[in-house]
Amino acid sequence: MRFLGRRFAVFASLLTGAMGGMTTLARSALAQAPKPWEMDMQPAFSPVKHDIIALHDFVLVIITLITLFVGALLVWVLYRYNGKRNPEPSRTSHNTLIEVLWTVLPILILVIIAIPSFRLVYYEDRTQDPALTIKVTAHQWYWEYGYPDQGGLDIESRIIPDSQIKPGQMRLLEVDNPLVVPVGKNIRVLTTSTDVIHSFFIPSLGVQRYAIPGREIETWVRVEKPGRYYGECNQVCGMNHSRMPIVVEALSEADFKAWAAKAKAQEQTSENAPAKSGDDRLVEDRLAAAGPMNEARR
Amino acid sequence: MASATTHDHAHGEHHGHSPGFAARWLFSTNHKDIGSLYLIFAAIAALIGGGLSMIMRAQLMYPGQHIVENGQIWNTIVTAHGLIMIFFVVMPGLIGGFGNWFVPLMIGAPDMAFPRLNNISFWLLVPALALVCTGLLMGESGSGWTLYPPLSNAMYEPGPGMDFTLFALHLAGVSSLLGAINFITTIFNMRAPGMTLHKMPLFVWGMLVTAFLLLLSIPVLAGAITMLITDRNFGTTFFDPQGGGDPVLFQHLFWFFGHPEVYIMILPAFGIISHIVSTFSHKPVFGYLGMAYAMVAIGVVGFVVWAHHMFVSGMDVDTRAYFMAATLVIAVPTGVKIFSWIATMWGGAIEMTVPMLWAVGFIFVFTIGGVTGVVLANAGIDQVVHNTYYVIAHFHYVLSLGAVFGLFAGIYFWIGKMTGRPFPEFWARVHFWMFFIGVNLTFFPMHFLGLAGMPRRYPDYPEAFAGWNYVSSIGAYIAGLSALVFFYVMFRTFTSKERLGNNYWGEGATTLEWTVSSPPPFHTYEELPQIR
Repeated sequence: MRFLGRRFAVFASLLTGAMGGMTTLARSALAQAPKPWEMDMQPAFSPVKHDIIALHDFVLVIITLITLFVGALLVWVLYRYNGKRNPEPSRTSHNTLIEVLWTVLPILILVIIAIPSFRLVYYEDRTQDPALTIKVTAHQWYWEYGYPDQGGLDIESRIIPDSQIKPGQMRLLEVDNPLVVPVGKNIRVLTTSTDVIHSFFIPSLGVQRYAIPGREIETWVRVEKPGRYYGECNQVCGMNHSRMPIVVEALSEADFKAWAAKAKAQEQTSENAPAKSGDDRLVEDRLAAAGPMNEARR
Repeated sequence: MASATTHDHAHGEHHGHSPGFAARWLFSTNHKDIGSLYLIFAAIAALIGGGLSMIMRAQLMYPGQHIVENGQIWNTIVTAHGLIMIFFVVMPGLIGGFGNWFVPLMIGAPDMAFPRLNNISFWLLVPALALVCTGLLMGESGSGWTLYPPLSNAMYEPGPGMDFTLFALHLAGVSSLLGAINFITTIFNMRAPGMTLHKMPLFVWGMLVTAFLLLLSIPVLAGAITMLITDRNFGTTFFDPQGGGDPVLFQHLFWFFGHPEVYIMILPAFGIISHIVSTFSHKPVFGYLGMAYAMVAIGVVGFVVWAHHMFVSGMDVDTRAYFMAATLVIAVPTGVKIFSWIATMWGGAIEMTVPMLWAVGFIFVFTIGGVTGVVLANAGIDQVVHNTYYVIAHFHYVLSLGAVFGLFAGIYFWIGKMTGRPFPEFWARVHFWMFFIGVNLTFFPMHFLGLAGMPRRYPDYPEAFAGWNYVSSIGAYIAGLSALVFFYVMFRTFTSKERLGNNYWGEGATTLEWTVSSPPPFHTYEELPQIR
């Protein structure tokens, strides 16, 4: 019974999920997270993601046609050349023309795919004139966002555990402090890690880079609309891999400046002490890690 | 090529020697017995690996489940599932099992070139599987099958379970390497008189290319995991940035092995499918040379595409562009194979037997897995599908559907040859349809989950992903049930009173294994066959 009850609850939540999404949409500007029964990519809110979707849609048409073509050929040969219908098999085992065709045509199709694909890879790589830089540092199991252009502002972003989720919030996706960025600016993103490899992944913004200790990896993003964009850690990083989501909150430039000033002021009052030593940091990381670990073990 | 010997051995077959149980099965040097051991081993490992996937699908059926206690145990299960399915199911089944059984039979050789090497390469797998299972039971190998450091380093996986897992790969690697040496030697030196390379059956071609891939890629894996073991235990820092090492170096080494590995798993299946399609279309394989050299091309190109697994690892953009282009090229020889199979059926008199059902199923699901590979090869698109369920869907379509369909196709094609007994036709068809529907229902929705951004190796997920995960789990249970049907089919086969003749598939089956009795005598080809 309990099993059945839970199954019903899940589907009820799935059905209401879409409506819930809409109410959130009405309340705040925009909350871009995965939707129930979604079958395609999350919608685009950055120029890179627009291009990814365009290329994917294009490739999807080609691969669907190829699959249907192969499927249709299979159905046809099984129908037409069934032993009952065609008891005398031919002995044909060569046809140079068709063999050349089915080698050359795929090459042409691949070249057609490759041209926009090369363009996209280079476009995704990095931005020439970033308005600001954000340093993303991954930890087991939370994110740290540094703003070197905002006077070294540094915030930590942790998951809101299941037990503290409020109605309307999405389990496993909400964090205490989102990554706040200005809308419409080219942002340079640098990723690194202090422990194991993580991956900084926001589907609707088309951003993904590993965060690797000892390395700093560069990419870029430009958020087109104010709103909240949800992502998750996407490289297995230990016990709480599924419990270090990413929330990007995009604000207008004025709001962003106001936020940055306020956050900086808060940081200075709360940390009105000498800079932490590396050892303190390490201890803090360990303690932080212990928190969500217990959460998962409950 | 072996020279034809004309000893008078007319009496040799039956009262040659009949070894006792221990001598026959533990110290076996007979390629058929070792092949059978490999197949039994693969079946047992499949129960473990498949059982793990049932646990995984049960956990993922609803969000917020707690069948698996925590993320560490989850990661360990995921790791063991991957390693067991790759190293202890697909490889022993296709390479050790069918390779040992049918390479010598198909080329007219009395046995493998190095029978004792053959024996040890099987027996190394047993402790290897035991070690992987130990790592699993200790819950200490939660790195994913890719074993990326620093997560697999002593600081983050401190227990010996991780070392056991790494050492298991060493053993499995040595096993594969010895097997590869044996296959290459056998195929180059022991073909019957008249069997030139260009007359060799396509399964043997597939095994030859596979053996070369193993020979060239396994040592690289061995080097990588040796460095990882010394990093863990002896204070070296090959992959630790704090000592000047580099975690990305491991990724390069791992995938230099890991990418050829996927072709290692599929090439023997390609060979099996070619034989089945040709046999039941009653036609010779269309474009034999194209088929053979397509496999060679896949093998060669397969070595220069490894970093497409690392598009978001921070490689230089030009490097990404190169690996993207090289990866797209693989689609060409693969396309040649798909179209050649269809052309083989074209104009034939097709008999829809059970093995043919699996072969046609293979061609279709492999096409789906292949075209999603083209999507993933685009580094630009990969930026948002890397490590998502789209990747899971893709590689299960080529492996769990592709390679495993090849495995089942081979079993139904050859089980009569190996046992001399027919399988129950009806239940075999039930098995096919249950498995076909089950795995498609499991893996097709994963494309949707991946496009929507669901990351892999998550024991729990946001509620939005619940719908397709539920569908996927239902599919997995159907596929799981089909395994019971399969074991019932095997039980009925082994207990069957009927006996089969040499060539129970009729005139379409033209390779040499159909000229010997079913099951073949303990020693075959005491007089070497002549190939015209």
